[in-house]
Amino acid sequence: MAQLQERPASPGTPLGHRLKGLLYSQRLAPYFFIAPFVITLLAFWAVPLVRTFVMSTQSVMFGEAAFVGTDNFERLWHDRIFWQAMYNSARYMVLTLVILIPVPLLLAVVINARLGSDRLKNLFKASMFIPALTSVVVAGIIFRLMFAETSTGLVNQVIAWFGADPVRWLRTDLGGLVALLALATWRYTGVNILYFLSGLQSIPDELYEAASIDGAGKLRQFFSITLPNIKPTMVYVTTISIYGGLAMFLESFMLYAGNSSPNNQGLTVVGYLYRRGIEENDLGYASAVGVVLLVVIMAINLTYLTLTGTFKKESR
Amino acid sequence: MSAPTATTTPAPSAEHGTGVPGGRRKYPLPRAMFVTIQSIFLVVIGLIVLVPLVVIFVGTFQDGGEIMRSGLRLDVDISSFRFDNYVMIFTDSGLYFRWFANSVGLTLVQVAGTLLVSSFVAYGFAMYDFKGKTAAFISVLLLMTVPFEIMMLPLYVMVNDLGLADSYSVIVIPFLAASVTIFFFRQYFMGIPKELLEAGRVDGVTEFGIFFRVVLPISRPALAAMAILNGMVTWNNFLWPLLVLRSAEKFTLPIGLNTLLTPYGNNYDLLIIGSFFSLLPVLVLFLCFQRFFVAGMTAGALKG
Repeated sequence: MAQLQERPASPGTPLGHRLKGLLYSQRLAPYFFIAPFVITLLAFWAVPLVRTFVMSTQSVMFGEAAFVGTDNFERLWHDRIFWQAMYNSARYMVLTLVILIPVPLLLAVVINARLGSDRLKNLFKASMFIPALTSVVVAGIIFRLMFAETSTGLVNQVIAWFGADPVRWLRTDLGGLVALLALATWRYTGVNILYFLSGLQSIPDELYEAASIDGAGKLRQFFSITLPNIKPTMVYVTTISIYGGLAMFLESFMLYAGNSSPNNQGLTVVGYLYRRGIEENDLGYASAVGVVLLVVIMAINLTYLTLTGTFKKESR
Repeated sequence: MSAPTATTTPAPSAEHGTGVPGGRRKYPLPRAMFVTIQSIFLVVIGLIVLVPLVVIFVGTFQDGGEIMRSGLRLDVDISSFRFDNYVMIFTDSGLYFRWFANSVGLTLVQVAGTLLVSSFVAYGFAMYDFKGKTAAFISVLLLMTVPFEIMMLPLYVMVNDLGLADSYSVIVIPFLAASVTIFFFRQYFMGIPKELLEAGRVDGVTEFGIFFRVVLPISRPALAAMAILNGMVTWNNFLWPLLVLRSAEKFTLPIGLNTLLTPYGNNYDLLIIGSFFSLLPVLVLFLCFQRFFVAGMTAGALKG
């Protein structure tokens, strides 16, 4: 680091001096450092957010905005399709939580066991991670074609081995849900394994050793040592899964090759926002959808993060 | 992260693993059996996960119209394989390689910009105490849980009003100060000893000089991890570019591929082989830099 011995603070002109003072000021520097974030926050998050709230009380048609009070929200309340989208998103979120927390955790525990070949484990991790590198666009195309409704589609071929008749996957509510969950499981299991693995590896071995001296069995060790110690990882994975599940859109968009699906069975809240706002140009109503989604996600996540004490830890 | 499991101490060669003396962990099953079951389990699941990729690879040798009618499958007669698709993608694929180049360029610019801006911001959070720091940092945390989809509409209106639609600047700029990346760099910088900064100050380096010349150069692992994570996200970015971009020559790869996905299926040849080729660069990079990928992905989950 030879660059360090440069510039012994030499006095310059008064103006230059003051400028230099600025550059050396430890009191002012942090504000320069965080300025890009503050600007981004205001320009690209705060302004749009405020605008969403304002637009949600307007009827915006053909560029003309008129205040309509809570009309949009009243319409939403009686809008069956909105509730269906809400139900679809919530159902997807809950089911992804049910699958994508225990399964990756189990796999991570298996990989983290001291026994077994490291080589094999690394290969396994690599193959589990590859789906995460695949864009939703490509993954959606592949899954759409694997879940083809003809008897020759891959998934129908597989279930035929077990004697089942071909299913018209994307035409039925349940079939579409299975395809969506298969896609989500495929894409995110590996990522969650990595999260859990990094959590597991930060647990000191001594804890297990002590427990095993005290005569605790494997199962007991898992519940008394492993689970409490990976709480931060669990909190993180759960938070992003809640968010990701409720805001899911692209998976369904790609699987159904667009934003419409039979009987709206694949419609999500963001899909509805997209339909109203972009496809139908009803920005006021779409904003109301966005506001409701934001409130729901923030309410769940803030409650969850407060209950788990995450904020307290971070603001220190 | 290269050698994850602690296996430096070779396990004693006891056949039945019920409590090896010395307080090692107990295994409910005899070791050999555990290892066999574990291996079979991992191999089977690992192979199942690769099926979709194998399927699309096989699909590159098939007729697109046929795939559209009967779906992707594995039991394809190898004698029916054709290489038309490979010929076509290099000779008659329209804008495909243009989209590819757009994606590469956009990803490089976005990653370089995001690393620079986000680490700059993170340094402010990690190394200084200042008024308003807590509030500002809590907004970083909150932004991590606000879905972009909610800001999407008003941002889209803004972009249109300002006449900035169809430009890459509105794709890149809003995400330069990325909350997840800031959070990660902050955690990393907090592990750097303050004495190093003091040494710089004593030597008369400015506060910014310390960041650029002292801290950034020793943060290569963090930069690599975040380059990977941001690169993946940008390469696969879809929704916002879909809204902003209008002209076909400016499309990125995912947007271009999406335009090929028509209900009429006339482009399925290109769609399949184009999807497959869009995976290749990421897969190659992954195989070369595996451990950085892993570090990048788990970066967000740092002990809170």
